[in-house]
Amino acid sequence: MKNLDIAKLRFGTTLIKKGFAKMQKGGVVMDVTNAEQAKIAEISGAVAVMALERVPADIRAHGGVARMADISKIQEIMHEVSIPVMAKARIGHFAEAQALESIGVDMIDESEVLTPADPYYHIDKRKFTVPFVCGCRNLGEAVRRIWEGAAMMRTKGEAGTGNIVEAIRHQRMVTSMIKTLKEMDSSEIEKLSETYSQSYVNSATTLTNKKITKNTIVFEEYEYVTVIKEITEILKEIKKIQRLPVVNFAAGGIATPADASIMMQLGSDGVFVGSGIFKSQDPEKRARAIVKAVTHFDEPDIIAKVSKDLGDAMHGIEIGTIPPEQMLQERGW
Amino acid sequence: MVKDIDVGVLGVQGAVSEHLESMRKALKEKNICGNVSVVNNEKNLNAVDALILPGGESTTISRLIQESNLRDVLCARIKNHNLPIMGTCAGCVILASEISDKRSDIFPLNAISMQVARNAFGRQKQSFEKQIEIKGFENSFNAVFIRAPIIKKIWSGCNSLSEIEEGIIMVQEKEFLAMSFHPELTNDTRVHCYFIDMILDYM
Repeated sequence: MKNLDIAKLRFGTTLIKKGFAKMQKGGVVMDVTNAEQAKIAEISGAVAVMALERVPADIRAHGGVARMADISKIQEIMHEVSIPVMAKARIGHFAEAQALESIGVDMIDESEVLTPADPYYHIDKRKFTVPFVCGCRNLGEAVRRIWEGAAMMRTKGEAGTGNIVEAIRHQRMVTSMIKTLKEMDSSEIEKLSETYSQSYVNSATTLTNKKITKNTIVFEEYEYVTVIKEITEILKEIKKIQRLPVVNFAAGGIATPADASIMMQLGSDGVFVGSGIFKSQDPEKRARAIVKAVTHFDEPDIIAKVSKDLGDAMHGIEIGTIPPEQMLQERGW
Repeated sequence: MVKDIDVGVLGVQGAVSEHLESMRKALKEKNICGNVSVVNNEKNLNAVDALILPGGESTTISRLIQESNLRDVLCARIKNHNLPIMGTCAGCVILASEISDKRSDIFPLNAISMQVARNAFGRQKQSFEKQIEIKGFENSFNAVFIRAPIIKKIWSGCNSLSEIEEGIIMVQEKEFLAMSFHPELTNDTRVHCYFIDMILDYM
């Protein structure tokens, strides 16, 4: 085999990372815990699989610290399917992310479903060749993650509950705020950028016990003034295009074809289904139905057709019954 | 005289809006009246003058072509030579006659006399951008390769339009155009303009 002319190739550029996410649009990413489930996901039409040791519902039930999955487990899944394989790293745990990148995982999910590792910082995702997806509950979280280099966003929802209410809450919060941007002038947007950058200031203040000035380093090598400036630029772009500048999927509670359809109608570019498929009675049938529902999300007769005889959905949890400290969406900032 | 043209972008999965945008921009630049729309059912598919198969996941798109009952119409229009098609990345794989791996998870449309290898450069971290030369283009083109396929073999009426060290990355056979990269991810509309010229030749 001839060698590629490496000098002329550019890897891991923003265009390549965001481009990968664009190829996932209109698709369903399914959580799988072994090769057999991965195969079912692939033949059912998943655009990618998320390789995990436990689905979120089981992480919730199991308790304790949830970490990156065993590498051999992820490799077993990578070996089984030709579609992309994603895997989760803990919030801020860049060493887990480095390990996942080294084995060739196609996208890393810096995920609140796992136990956060760094109380101050999320991963500096620009340093990686492989693209990242991150969760968000509102526009502030979304622009911080995008500024840190995320190539794709997803609503956090409340993973492992089979309850769509939080995913809808987060999607509505993001889209309403994007609409609000339309009415804001430059100085208001700059003010909002300062508000959104406050989390970095809080971390820097706690760590240094000093008052933060414009030139204090607040994240990796970035000064506070740079953070505000660059987040302002992202907000201006969002104002102009009236959507996030990266692909945005729904996650955290999707259990039925109609759940997928409502998220798509609310503006999601695709969906992640975690526990919803392999915690249901007939995973393959439900997987196929959700895939079809995403493709034909705005055709109610098709949603009705694929919602027939699916067997029991996952049991699900009422959000109000979850103790506050077990709410996964509260993780990260 | 230039007629109005109706171009469809297959919209079952993948980077659909990017092609809609690039094609609209290309039509405008060439000062050609035309319509660009999403195609996801038989009725739309029968109505368009030309079609773009976008990038996405080839297995997923292929499966959804079957399940949305689009395959029969597609195959008939390909056979009757009345539908110019451009396929990018996953779309290129779907236009092939042969897939080099032995997985039976994809149903190629047999439009172009070529054998394609999927994910030929490896996984996402091996995805890259590169300046390439395309036959008939004055300047080089910034090509974006994402988990890209490569064209292993071509035969009969299939012509190579671009090659890199690893092999062929763009071909044309009559009214069919395929490439392993993503012209819809950049602002350069020359590939879309080239396809418009092909469509006009066939109308």
